[in-house]
Amino acid sequence: MKKAVRFFAVALAALMLLTTLAGCGEDYSDKIVLGGIGPVTGTASTYGTSVRNAMQIAIDEINANGGVNGVKLAMIFQDDEADGTKAKSAYETLMDKGMDILIGAVTSGASVALNDLTAKDGILQITPSASQIEAAQNPNSFRVCFTDPLQGIAMAEYAYQTLGYKKVAIIHNHDDDYSTGMYQAFVERYKELGGTISEDVSFSKDASDFSAQMTKIAASDAEFLYMPIYAEKAAQIVITANEKGVNLPLVGGDGLDGILEYLTGDNAKLVEGLIFLTPFVSTDEAANVKAFTETYTKKYGKAPDQFAADAYDAVYLAKLALEKAGVTSPDAINNAALIAAMTEIELDGLTGKMTFDANGEPQKGAKVAKIENGVYVAQ
Amino acid sequence: MKNIFTKGFFSKLILIIAIWAVVALLMVSGVMSRSMQSLMIKICYYTILTLSLDLIVGYLGDLSLGHAAFYLVGAYAGCAVAVYTNLPLLVKFVLALIVGGAAAALVGFLISKAIIKLRGDYLAIVTLAFGEFIRSFVKIIPGLGGTKGLMGIPSFDSRLEGFTLAYIVLILVILVIYNFTHSRHGRTITAIRDNAIASESVGINIKNNKVLVFTIASFMAGMAGVIFGFYKTTLNPSDFTYNLSIEVLVMVVLGGMGSIKGSIIASVIIVALPEVLRGAEDFRMLIYAVALIAMMMLNASPRFTAIKRSFGEKMNGLRAKFKLGGKAK
Amino acid sequence: MQMLISTIIDGLNLGSVYALVALGYSMVYGIAKMLNFAHGDVIMVGIYTIFVGLNMLSLPAPVTILMCVAVCALLGFTVEKLAYKPLRNSTPLSVLITAIGVSYLLQNVALLIFKSDRKFLQSFISLGKLTIGEFEMPIISLVIWGTTLVIMIALDIFIKKTSMGRAMLAVSEDKGAAQLMGVNVNRTISITFIIGSALAGIAAILYAAKYQNVDPYTGSVFGIKAFAAAVFGGIGSIPGAMIGGLSLGLIEALTIGFLPDSLAAASDGVAYALLILMLILKPSGLLGKKRVEKV
Repeated sequence: MKKAVRFFAVALAALMLLTTLAGCGEDYSDKIVLGGIGPVTGTASTYGTSVRNAMQIAIDEINANGGVNGVKLAMIFQDDEADGTKAKSAYETLMDKGMDILIGAVTSGASVALNDLTAKDGILQITPSASQIEAAQNPNSFRVCFTDPLQGIAMAEYAYQTLGYKKVAIIHNHDDDYSTGMYQAFVERYKELGGTISEDVSFSKDASDFSAQMTKIAASDAEFLYMPIYAEKAAQIVITANEKGVNLPLVGGDGLDGILEYLTGDNAKLVEGLIFLTPFVSTDEAANVKAFTETYTKKYGKAPDQFAADAYDAVYLAKLALEKAGVTSPDAINNAALIAAMTEIELDGLTGKMTFDANGEPQKGAKVAKIENGVYVAQ
Repeated sequence: MKNIFTKGFFSKLILIIAIWAVVALLMVSGVMSRSMQSLMIKICYYTILTLSLDLIVGYLGDLSLGHAAFYLVGAYAGCAVAVYTNLPLLVKFVLALIVGGAAAALVGFLISKAIIKLRGDYLAIVTLAFGEFIRSFVKIIPGLGGTKGLMGIPSFDSRLEGFTLAYIVLILVILVIYNFTHSRHGRTITAIRDNAIASESVGINIKNNKVLVFTIASFMAGMAGVIFGFYKTTLNPSDFTYNLSIEVLVMVVLGGMGSIKGSIIASVIIVALPEVLRGAEDFRMLIYAVALIAMMMLNASPRFTAIKRSFGEKMNGLRAKFKLGGKAK
Repeated sequence: MQMLISTIIDGLNLGSVYALVALGYSMVYGIAKMLNFAHGDVIMVGIYTIFVGLNMLSLPAPVTILMCVAVCALLGFTVEKLAYKPLRNSTPLSVLITAIGVSYLLQNVALLIFKSDRKFLQSFISLGKLTIGEFEMPIISLVIWGTTLVIMIALDIFIKKTSMGRAMLAVSEDKGAAQLMGVNVNRTISITFIIGSALAGIAAILYAAKYQNVDPYTGSVFGIKAFAAAVFGGIGSIPGAMIGGLSLGLIEALTIGFLPDSLAAASDGVAYALLILMLILKPSGLLGKKRVEKV
């Protein structure tokens, strides 16, 4: 019995220690705190890192220009390893530190897991890149990127109408909601337009061999290959496709951004002519894109990707909303007013001119990029 | 169940309530930060998971690498009930616990029945395969959300409520495990662990006892899954990977295998540590790996065992001296 | 029909890689009676060695290849010495947990050094492909086939004909008795590990040549499947590893080729389900020997 008492006493003491430990940190009381959540470690770490970097650039810029109505912004970024449970802990930590607006989460699964909490707190949530439909369905949540189905539909129309391809072969990742979402919408729209699905194959998250899929595609009469997947897998697939003699034109979604970084040497030629939908191309000639790309490259040593551009726009959206709602002090933030302001603002951002409808979806045009001579070129 | 009513029962009960009261007070008064509050719930379901795996690995001596499978079955079955019924939250939660636990127990019963002949390495690989199989199978069951995951699971109304409910389940699990391991069954299964052939020769039915342990452990893992689902509000097949089974195994091993107290302490530390040391994520798994190897090597080293024993004796001597109780001999 | 044959060829090609990896698992298990969970991760380290040699240091391919085998063999030796040897008299449970620990350790060290994003290697063995009538076969797959067969036969000869090999057999039968007969058990097991890890090095080279990419989880993801293949064929049996690997490759290719779309999401589970069934029906695998437990 006494042993038990001591055991629990020790446990309690540890608990108190934990409680106090978590309480300490920097003071953000005179700033408006933008919280960021995304993976900066683990398999999806490149996405979270891009978002964190770009948020920092945007916030530094805004602060250098006098802040929002004279109030400076601050960023606190928490890692979630692209995992919903960890995103929840990250969110609670941010709330403890006095977060005013949430920019995140970066990945869809984590974002969806947060929805319930952000809705209860009524906080403004802008996700830069969570593209799954469910990720921005609450009145308080908005997103900068396109939804998966929207991308699928846009690409079906582009391929059928602009490029004039009538027969498609598709390969998608059935373990990935991003891929499945784009795939389903594409198939539906493409059939509606009158196109034919010649071959339709998929692979799993852990797949390392794609030859059986390519054998099927090689035997089909498709005119192009649609790849609604991430660049990492796509790079593996084009190598196998080449080996199997599949030389179809390649078309995909924004996940293909960055594929050239994976393919070195001769392999880079395999994606020549690849066309993908993207809101942002770092080689774009527009003035704001050029300036951002320059700052980003100087600071972080590599060109920004679409995640970075989305995050940069998300911070500026937050700024516009804060201004619209007339926030002049970090203590006087009215969440409802901020959320209402979101549907009234218009941003000419890196990823295009955008406004928001009441569902929190961005209204903006899609861009198409093509790989020509080993560089991304906006079409 | 007679063990519950030993002389220390009421003081233990008071302690259990006191712990809850202190945590509740800290939560309500706002002294405890939000992240710590949600950590409390996490600790509860991880501890249940660790305790249940400890039954299989520590007490029964079989290595299961597929514990996440039972956790998954419980979570999906229980939370599906919660999603597709229209009842008050508390009723939903209790119903989900029962359904989730029962579904996991059923799966645990069937799989252990099927693989009863396997031991050691083969058991490890078959449980691993089973975990991976269940994880891909759940994606094609209609109504469970596929790869997108099961959404719309009701959440606890407050963190206090969540903690209270999870804590009650945890206490029940501890009570059951304590009584089970201190019963005839408990002694039987440790006998099987220490020498299967000898225990069979004295008339112990190894098969039935193993199936019993797997079924109980799965039931508990299933309940942990339900708490997890209500905490996270969405469920994805990727929440239940092989890595999770390993993480729980690390807790069991660090807790000393076959020790309720050890399992609890190890779970609390391992769950709380990354929260306190946010930002060291990259090193966390590395530390786990080193900890696993180090524990095994220390246990195997005769010198360490001797040190441990003499240290324990010294402590007991000290305790006797200062009349602090303990097991002075 | 042509589709079916092409898919079968794909499956056998994939299976030959599984078989090559499974050989390593099986050989070590057959002699040391322990599941070397870290075998796949040794392969991963080997592929990263090639990545460093080719992409970062721009070394010629033959040097890189030798370096890869050497690094793997050395790694296997070190791991055995530091982690497994102290546990020679422990319970199988402790040994298994240690092996899992080693596997995690290698993965996470790789994660810290190379980060999580997948690295693509420069192609260093380009052999083109062979065309027979309507069917095509990449020559690298033929090389993998040949290597796997040669290794299988060489191992068989080595174990049956050389004194070292016979010492290994003796150790696998009964460590205590082998010791009494003058076999140096510790040295024999160490050599088993070195050979097993050198096999991992060869597997790494061929994997790198065929797939040209690596991430910290490559070894464990591919390794677990190859491991399942070894168990399927009966772990400890060299021909069993071959048959297990080929069966797994075939099953995977055929599920991809012919499973209806609605079930495709579960295709990963098919191989595991078959493994479970196999072990339920035949607890020691297809060609495995039944072990009688002694008191």
